[in-house]
Amino acid sequence: MKKRGKGLAVAFYPTGLGGGGDFSHAIVKIKPDGTADLIIGTVELGQGARTVLPQMAAEVLGIPYEHVRVTNSDTDSCPICFGTFASRVTYFTGNAVVQAATNVKQMLLAEAATLLDTTPDTLEIVNGIIQVPDDPKKSISIGDVAFSALYVKHKFLVGNGCFGRAASRPDPETGACDPLATLAWAATWVEVEVDTETGVVEIIDSKSVYDVGKAINPALVRGQIIGGVAMGTSWTLLESLYPYYPSPEHEARSFRDYAIATTMDIPTMESRMVECLSVGGPFGAKGMGEMTANPPAPAIVNAVHDAVGVWITKLPLTPEKVLRALEANGRAASAEH
Amino acid sequence: MALLEIKVNGAVHRAEVGLTTNLLEVLREKLHIMSPKFGCESGDCGACSVLVNGKLRRSCITNALSVQGCEITTLEGLSEDGDLHPLQKQFYEKYGFQCGFCTPGMIMSAKAFLDRNPNPTDDEVKEALAGNLCRCTGYVTIVDAVLSAAKELAGKLAGEPEGELAGERG
Amino acid sequence: MELKAVGKEKRRYEGLDHVTGTTRYVDDVIVPGTHVVKALRSPVHKGRIIRLDTTRAEQLPGVAGIITAADVPCNSYGFLTLDQPVMAETDVRYKGEPIAAVAAQTEDAAIEAVELIDLEIEEQTPVFDVLEAMKPDAPKVRPEGNILQIGDKNYRSVVFGDIERGFDEADEVVESDYLFPSQEHACIETQVSLAVPESDGRLTIYSVTQALYFLLRQMNRILGQGNDVSERWSGRMQYSYRGTLGYCDIKYVGGTVGGGFGGKTDLHADPITALLALKTGKPCKWRWTREEETLFSTRHSPWLMSFKDGVKKDGRIVAREVRSIHDAGAHTGMSSYVVDKHCFYVIGPYHIPNVLVKGYVVYTNRTPTGAIRGFGLTPGTFASEIQIDKVAERIGMDPWEIRFINAVRNGDQLATRRKLDSVYLIETMQALAEWAGVTLPEKCARANSDPREAEVWPLAETMEAPLEWTGGTVS
Repeated sequence: MKKRGKGLAVAFYPTGLGGGGDFSHAIVKIKPDGTADLIIGTVELGQGARTVLPQMAAEVLGIPYEHVRVTNSDTDSCPICFGTFASRVTYFTGNAVVQAATNVKQMLLAEAATLLDTTPDTLEIVNGIIQVPDDPKKSISIGDVAFSALYVKHKFLVGNGCFGRAASRPDPETGACDPLATLAWAATWVEVEVDTETGVVEIIDSKSVYDVGKAINPALVRGQIIGGVAMGTSWTLLESLYPYYPSPEHEARSFRDYAIATTMDIPTMESRMVECLSVGGPFGAKGMGEMTANPPAPAIVNAVHDAVGVWITKLPLTPEKVLRALEANGRAASAEH
Repeated sequence: MALLEIKVNGAVHRAEVGLTTNLLEVLREKLHIMSPKFGCESGDCGACSVLVNGKLRRSCITNALSVQGCEITTLEGLSEDGDLHPLQKQFYEKYGFQCGFCTPGMIMSAKAFLDRNPNPTDDEVKEALAGNLCRCTGYVTIVDAVLSAAKELAGKLAGEPEGELAGERG
Repeated sequence: MELKAVGKEKRRYEGLDHVTGTTRYVDDVIVPGTHVVKALRSPVHKGRIIRLDTTRAEQLPGVAGIITAADVPCNSYGFLTLDQPVMAETDVRYKGEPIAAVAAQTEDAAIEAVELIDLEIEEQTPVFDVLEAMKPDAPKVRPEGNILQIGDKNYRSVVFGDIERGFDEADEVVESDYLFPSQEHACIETQVSLAVPESDGRLTIYSVTQALYFLLRQMNRILGQGNDVSERWSGRMQYSYRGTLGYCDIKYVGGTVGGGFGGKTDLHADPITALLALKTGKPCKWRWTREEETLFSTRHSPWLMSFKDGVKKDGRIVAREVRSIHDAGAHTGMSSYVVDKHCFYVIGPYHIPNVLVKGYVVYTNRTPTGAIRGFGLTPGTFASEIQIDKVAERIGMDPWEIRFINAVRNGDQLATRRKLDSVYLIETMQALAEWAGVTLPEKCARANSDPREAEVWPLAETMEAPLEWTGGTVS
């Protein structure tokens, strides 16, 4: 018999190293042709740091995204970044990048003001052109400004930025401390179908809403959402290194006995983003890369309970566990009569 | 040791190989063709996928001498005259990767599949790529990229001229 | 003003590299003369090394060098607790723990050399069950005991309000246990490390790390502090002007990784390749097999969680008590960090006036655990979101409604007393309900995250927000 059920789970996730103490630095320098070099110690894992960070630099500088080159290669040439973890890069390195870009922008405007015979506060940069708004005679390309500064006046066009939060040690009795930069929020609603003869749980539908603060690149946010939900679903239904925990017997050794989701295991997943801007993040951004993996497990467990009346409180949610739980439930029900 | 002669991406290569050397080792360590990756060395993850005489093979479990004289195609050999193959273009456009490590094997598996099924359904693409593991993307954008590539190969992709990368969608 | 770059769906910066196969991951870096590294790993879960003799292995043609614990200047490292050896010296604490490592010209020579290392281990009784390990007469995983000391306690404590008062006020009490299992990152790229000794005595390490500087500091400790073993090093390394390898003598190269998810925030292959490069004067590369990756790389720890809730008939959870046990494996690693992070958030995004959380870090004789996506909150969310459904069932309330009633709002405090801003849980749930076609009770549909008008229970003294560093310089 196949029975359907629905389940809800919400989640929240902090941005930044738990308890603080982490920071990032950034350098933005302008080349003689007016393009920018962004130099950071941040590691790219595939989440898109090397895309969203130059997007932020480009926004501040008023130049196209394609005109920002990123170097994040080594500890001799790149400044300190604490690391790509704790969902911290968009917020922490992002803030440092915004600072660095803002600082070098000030230098560009100062140089342009001299060349245009005006003051920096009258100028804006739009699409690589530094100009007094509505005055076409007072405009100059960022490339011409950079060339003048570097080759003629020998002024080094580089801006530094840093952002971090001091460590907050928890009180030994109460645990009181300030462990986070900001929080992101999520809610997931799942519909499952449970086969009471085989114990197989199939996810029929999954809808999630994520608050990510300002989505710097919505396509990459969607990538984190889909990837996270896939990983969370895979954890829930398929994965355990010790199938007979706590015994180490039959510990997984390869992809043959540690099965991760393939194209055939990914259910329909729909998601939407909402944007509740953070107070201190760049453009109001929040970290969200980890949060997306958390709601699927409890939502699926709650949906299974809604479908067949059993709570599976130990993952993974294998068909065997479902059948044993149904059996125990059946014995308990008949014992009552 | 024995002499292996194979054609890889159109160029003939010769290498001294052991009797048990696998094709992935030859490609990467002898010929420095680096796009096929070591993911598992047991044929389970698909990151080493290449074409041998047009057919999909997991190079990590393919004995090198067993493909003596064959034509091997890797991701490096997919583009023609410097133009990206539609699969490459669509993977780029549709964000069909995140860390990129599974991408060479994924694209080669998709190529082998589209060569024999040029007009696939969503489910057929998923089944064809079931042997290529990806931990980052959740596969949705990968399937989307392959379906778009199929349309482009069939000349059916509306509004996007061939040979150009579409601009950003604001 | 309309944003031009931020908020736009720009294509990936390195996208063209990925689709043409030209991205250079660590295993794609070619340095002439690179030697292959293989490790001798403990065959037993727990034991004492009686004899370790590398003589026969050293004589094998093609072997450039072999290292053991004696070659490590400082053989203890970690994140906050520095108790993990690069290679086991006498005591082996988990199956697979490195004991020696070989650098050879070919993979075959390296594998054969490992098999020629003579190892005698006296096998001892391991412990795998955290509840057994916590007993006073349990076999010792670590000499200092099987439970991490945190201050004067053997657990992390989070206390808010008065838990006994909370249970007294409650109409119903709901108790349940949860297990979140041990899971792997399973990145398609395994651990890879290439260490290259430079002509001026510096060391370059090509690494899959998620954090270049994070691991640089740990490597500096391993290579540059403790005993001077530089007389074992080869070539120019001996003449490094400090006589040892300082922080500035190590260059970490990376930035492009084939997936991380927390699996590459701990040291894995780097220390051994670095030490072999120093000893042999040759570039040394170690690529972990999928089997090594699955069995011996850091993983998500199992978490055992017990919840006890006190709830009123109107849906307010007035007391939540949680006991969590984190199975750290054989060494501390990041466990002393994650137990804090878990305890701060395990009660969920709910405004609960009486909270007691105890988080234990317990050692067992298995592979050490490490960071993974959702670190600490994944098990917490799993448990707290099932628990609240159980509570709803007990009082006959809808699972949506009970969450709305208890959801945090702006101005509320977490159990750590951190005052909250940019709270959006209620609005996120409303957006989901509308999309999913769920009709909410009137008061839930009208709710929002605005600060509460009247405080239902007194706030604890707020923590002062820590210093933020920001600014940079204009040169």
